[in-house]
Amino acid sequence: MAEKLLTVSHLVKNYGRQEVLHDINFTVEKGSVTVLLGPSGSGKSTTIRCLNGLEDFHSGEIQFKDQVIKPGFKKWQSVRQDIGMVFQSYDLFPNRTVIDNILLGPLKVQKRSKDEALAQARHLLKEVQLSDYENAYPRQLSGGQKQRIAIVRALALNPEFMLFDEVTASLDPEMVRGVLEVIEGLARQKMTMLVVTHEMNFAKQIADKVLFLENGKIVEESAGHEFFDHPKTQRAQEFLNSMDF
Amino acid sequence: MDWSIVQQGIPTYEKAFLLTLKLSFEGILGAIIVGLIVSFVRYFKVPGLQRILGAYVELSRNTPLLIQLFFIYYAFPEIGFKISAQASGIVGLIFLGGSYMAASFDGGLNGVPKIQVESGRAIGLTDWQLARYVVLPQGLSLSIPAIAANVIFLIKETSIFTVIAIPELTNTALDQIGMLYDTNEALFSLVVGYAIILIPLSILLTWLERRTRRGTFGN
Repeated sequence: MAEKLLTVSHLVKNYGRQEVLHDINFTVEKGSVTVLLGPSGSGKSTTIRCLNGLEDFHSGEIQFKDQVIKPGFKKWQSVRQDIGMVFQSYDLFPNRTVIDNILLGPLKVQKRSKDEALAQARHLLKEVQLSDYENAYPRQLSGGQKQRIAIVRALALNPEFMLFDEVTASLDPEMVRGVLEVIEGLARQKMTMLVVTHEMNFAKQIADKVLFLENGKIVEESAGHEFFDHPKTQRAQEFLNSMDF
Repeated sequence: MDWSIVQQGIPTYEKAFLLTLKLSFEGILGAIIVGLIVSFVRYFKVPGLQRILGAYVELSRNTPLLIQLFFIYYAFPEIGFKISAQASGIVGLIFLGGSYMAASFDGGLNGVPKIQVESGRAIGLTDWQLARYVVLPQGLSLSIPAIAANVIFLIKETSIFTVIAIPELTNTALDQIGMLYDTNEALFSLVVGYAIILIPLSILLTWLERRTRRGTFGN
């Protein structure tokens, strides 16, 4: 059994009186790709956002490495440097160039040396084939390019864990491939990742583990291929049948 | 209209023009500073101060500058604060403009999309860094159009200074009319005086708005 990087135990979240996450339990093993699937509104994004403190939760705990995180946790700022996140909507800072977007975290948060951070940023830009765009502003990039830069910006902090929240959902179809390839590349490099996606072929190919959520509960947890080939629950079967892939 | 009268008046109007500019500049600068402070206190929800400044904003926005000036110039000396007419004018302009500027800065800061704040947090920025590198640069440039409108508005408000006998443009023109009955000439000089300030300024501000908009949007 691989080493656990993240353990979520009995996580509960409410919006007012409405409970949106009910007793969520799962683990993420080091070097593995976990995919969260489920219909819209099932709690996938909320779950992922609880993991880096963008949403509060009300009970339960999250253990990330040695850090035990309970409701009201205050030290997210240091945890976040180890957990990169890429969002669905474009989230680059529009007032900064590509390179300044990427370097903000390494220089200001991690106080690393400019030379070293810049060399790493350039290396990452090369990997996503956007070396020529170092000094461009986000508005000059396509949606797919922006998402690749957003991934680079998260990677520049050298996180041990990456969260992807429907990162291709607002892209034109022809842009999707390039972004997914970057994520596949990370999987090959054994980056630990938690991915929310509606791209079923991609999910099937990349997932070591699938968590299927509905109405704020994990309905099914399976190894990647098993989920797609032999879903255990009828609800998962229906979900897969409704997907076009 | 007698052009020679207009010409004779030029030195007087020049002085009035420069005084209007000076008082406007100082008042607007002060209003921007007050506006920034009020807006930051509200954006970052500084406890205690938030309430006091909220009361100031209501008082400032819901009373006319004319009445504010009466208080500052005529009523305050009764309780021991005596300042010159010109200083009263500047204080009045700051008092009035501060709340307008605050509302404009509020609009800009609140206009920064939530995803910008979240993605800043996600890369580990502290609250202070988030303000400095993400919220303020974007929020301030979003507020420029509203700030520009306030600048023009406040310059025009200096015409009310005439009620406490500050010899700015309007006061000078009203004097000329009252003493010499040169109504046409006085009004002509007055309009020209304001136009020389406001038209180029308006063009400059529009240009500035366009420039900053290009730098900020289109993410």
